[in-house]
Amino acid sequence: MRLGLLVLLAAAFALSLALPWAALGELFAQDRSLGWAVLAELRLPRALLALSYGAMLGAAGAAIQALFANPLASPDLTGTTSGAALGAVVTAYLLGFTAPLALSIGSVLGALGALGLLLALAGPKAETATLLLSGLAISALAGALTTLALALAPSPFAFYDAYDWLMGSLVDRSLGQAGFAALPAALVILLLWRMRDALDSLTLGEEVAQSQGHDVARMRIRIVCLTALGVGACVAICGAIGFVGLVAPIFARRLTGGHPGRAILPAAAIGAILLLAADLVVRSAPLGRTLPIGVVTALLGAPFFLWLVAHMRWRLAR
Amino acid sequence: MTPLVTASGLSLAGRLRETSLTLEAGALTCLIGPNGSGKTSLLHAIAGIGRPAGNVRIDAVDPAGLAPAQLQRLLGFLPASRDVKWPLTAADLIALGGAGEPEIARILVDLDLAALAGRRIDLMSTGERSRVLIARALAARPKLLLLDEPVANLDPLWQLRLMDYLRGLARDQGCALLIAAHDLDLAGRYADRLIIMDEGRIAADGAPGALLASPHIKAIFGIERGEAGWRPA
Repeated sequence: MRLGLLVLLAAAFALSLALPWAALGELFAQDRSLGWAVLAELRLPRALLALSYGAMLGAAGAAIQALFANPLASPDLTGTTSGAALGAVVTAYLLGFTAPLALSIGSVLGALGALGLLLALAGPKAETATLLLSGLAISALAGALTTLALALAPSPFAFYDAYDWLMGSLVDRSLGQAGFAALPAALVILLLWRMRDALDSLTLGEEVAQSQGHDVARMRIRIVCLTALGVGACVAICGAIGFVGLVAPIFARRLTGGHPGRAILPAAAIGAILLLAADLVVRSAPLGRTLPIGVVTALLGAPFFLWLVAHMRWRLAR
Repeated sequence: MTPLVTASGLSLAGRLRETSLTLEAGALTCLIGPNGSGKTSLLHAIAGIGRPAGNVRIDAVDPAGLAPAQLQRLLGFLPASRDVKWPLTAADLIALGGAGEPEIARILVDLDLAALAGRRIDLMSTGERSRVLIARALAARPKLLLLDEPVANLDPLWQLRLMDYLRGLARDQGCALLIAAHDLDLAGRYADRLIIMDEGRIAADGAPGALLASPHIKAIFGIERGEAGWRPA
């Protein structure tokens, strides 16, 4: 099972580098060094970003779902990605700092603010409806404030400039930019993975987890901070990408017998595969222009979300 | 004899006030009291749930500084809620208590759960689910067992079988059991010692026969024993 996931991940990554092959093959035939340059400077950052952002969304989704004991909690539905986008927009267009590090800091602070607000509004033991409504309210607020920040920006092209990024895009990023997303993501996934047993113990409720020596309050703070850091760093580079953090953990738990904590690493692998696959769809779509990848994940993820809500309702009605 | 558990000055969020007690190895102690008297709070405070004030030593060890793997061998806790957040199988849920495979296999047989080992908890009846969660608390054979209403949701036969089993555990393995209970007759029949809680404090502590016949029952519970059993006083 683990091997299967790794093989799939490696295949998706290799395809992301190789496809579309015709253009790359032609380049290699004409000028070998130009072929390598395209591979290293255009396709590798893009594939690396899809890999790390997808993995980060999958792992963060698994951790947030385990923490709230709710399969509908995810970075996008809790307002984390919208908060991160707001932080990055304010940093870039109102404060005027456009260096990757500044954007990352702004984005992480935005994500932290959104998650902090969610915990304050819904509480750690929130029912599904409260959690989703609070997440919806935070997303709407962050979206409105993002639009306001762009409207107030000194640059008249702010809206046009930010549109592709806001919808999620992996295109035209450098290897250095990819590193700004990939390194925090790798570190955060590793630290979240180390919390798997504590998160699994939450299956039996907070009281049992505490009786087993897990400090639940500290665990909550750590997960909020780590998720904000990892997701914020990715949003700063690639914008907001939805639904991967919702879908990946649900499939991952099917591989771990339902264990929410142990699902963190498989969810990271599935998230990476999903985003690499979505990027392949973006590249092969015959539209004449590059589709923002967030549009593809939303088009595929939203029906899945609707199915999930209907499925949960059906289960509750039984 | 040195007690296995020593707790002193335990307080918890106004529901438990400056309570001290000791528990002997090999004894089954039942904790009785009306709703809101502090039974669950006392169990929580001993288990370190909800940041209680006071000191607890289990087998001369302070449980507060222990890693989960060590703590699971020292203390088993069954909460009043039978809620399980994710649909794991019975065997996987029991494994969350820190028990090894032979221990899990044994508790599955002991609590007649072997046929349900691979079944998901959300597909079980309330009674089956309760037995799985009890098995989870017991499986790692901790020295102290804190069980909040373990017989709730069980049918009459299983109530008796479980209490027999718990008394056997205390006798054979020398662990200490502290059980919050509402059924005074069941507590009187199986407990070696009875503790009556009232308004966040221990109101009485002693042998079950003597305590159930004492004026404490009428004063605290508002019931008395009639010809047909307990009745409102």
